[in-house]
Amino acid sequence: MEPFVGPSVEEFFPEPILFIGTPFEMNRIMIIRVVVALIVVLVFWLGTRRMKIVPTRFQGAIEYLLAVPRNIGTDLLGEKDGARFLPLLTTIFFVVISANFTGIIPPANIASTSLIGLPIVLAVISYVTFIYAGIKKHPGAFFKNSLFPPGVPWPLYIIVTPIEFVSTFVLRPVTLTLRLLMNMLVGHLLLVLFFLATNYFVVTLGGGWSALGVGILGFAFAWSGFEILVAVLQAYVFTLLTAVYLQLALADEH
Amino acid sequence: MLLSLFLPFAEGTEGEGAHAPLNPLLPATPDLIWGSVVFVGLAIFFTLYVLPRVKTALDARAEIIEGGISKAENAQAEAAAALEEYTKQLAEARAEAARIREQARADGNAIIAELKEQATVEAARVTASAKASIEAERQSALVSLRAEVGSLAIDLASGVIGESLSDDKKSAAIVDRFLAELEADEKAKAKN
Repeated sequence: MEPFVGPSVEEFFPEPILFIGTPFEMNRIMIIRVVVALIVVLVFWLGTRRMKIVPTRFQGAIEYLLAVPRNIGTDLLGEKDGARFLPLLTTIFFVVISANFTGIIPPANIASTSLIGLPIVLAVISYVTFIYAGIKKHPGAFFKNSLFPPGVPWPLYIIVTPIEFVSTFVLRPVTLTLRLLMNMLVGHLLLVLFFLATNYFVVTLGGGWSALGVGILGFAFAWSGFEILVAVLQAYVFTLLTAVYLQLALADEH
Repeated sequence: MLLSLFLPFAEGTEGEGAHAPLNPLLPATPDLIWGSVVFVGLAIFFTLYVLPRVKTALDARAEIIEGGISKAENAQAEAAAALEEYTKQLAEARAEAARIREQARADGNAIIAELKEQATVEAARVTASAKASIEAERQSALVSLRAEVGSLAIDLASGVIGESLSDDKKSAAIVDRFLAELEADEKAKAKN
């Protein structure tokens, strides 16, 4: 009897399809990433092509979606800075949520955020933006305020400053990247595991094992539902944390 | 779960020679490039197309709503002012009506009183003139009666004594004395 073969990390390294050998080499996941970006453009173009004072249902839905990152921005940064960083927050939110959703949408069935490239790009942009915003708001004082928080007795800086450095300038981008990456990667592996196990129990083993396979298929359905939640939540969290980092950088005192 | 996640990594790093080591924590160049392309593309699209249009629409909507609200507030204020004005006018009209009614009542009373007084005066005048005329009649009747009675008495007495009392002087004195007696007699009777 052939043994059960679970999903491996090769899931995330499919064969290249287009532009093979160039830096623009596209495998299945890259194509999914670009196609879903084009779909986002199409949907938002259709949704905002003819803006009406009294919105149609579709325009209302689009406005509702756009209000999510806008509310994050205005809640955390206020009206002025919220409007200033609205394009960034909006783009991050919709890039993440659209890339996440392909994880449960056939025939894609993989989130392009489960490849580290996109989370890294987003995290770097978030990182660069909050440092830029901090330097612009407090020229010369941003790094000093970040690393030497005012109001702390100076001997404590021996402990506080390395902690602040690591948490602000190292861990923030790393956690932004890994939180998103691992959520989507593990979610995908679990779904593949469920489907492979169902296949193994029902097709390969058969007989009484089929019942177990059907049960596992139920898990797969449940997990797909959970992945919807994760997709929305991770997009929300990524946007929210970007806004929080901006808020901390723009705050008058650290 | 963790094992099944990380064990394949080790196998992958050894296995495939053609590709870079299969480590999901190491980004491949195309991954970074297409990630950046997608981000930049969507950033441009949202920044230059979607967000300005949405902002315009939201601003226009807010303006209309605010305009509507202020219009409604104005209308309400106007209505309240008009109501106040009407109430005031109504109260004024009521007060005016009450005043006119009071005036009319007072006028009516005055007219009635005046008419009553006029009537009383008229009645008194009529009574007085009637009394005066009666008195005058009586006086003239008395005078004429006195003359009449005198001549009659003289005639009668002439007839009785058979001679003419031609001496008017004498006769007149007789008559006067007679009448005076008569009068005194009457007065005495009236006193009793």
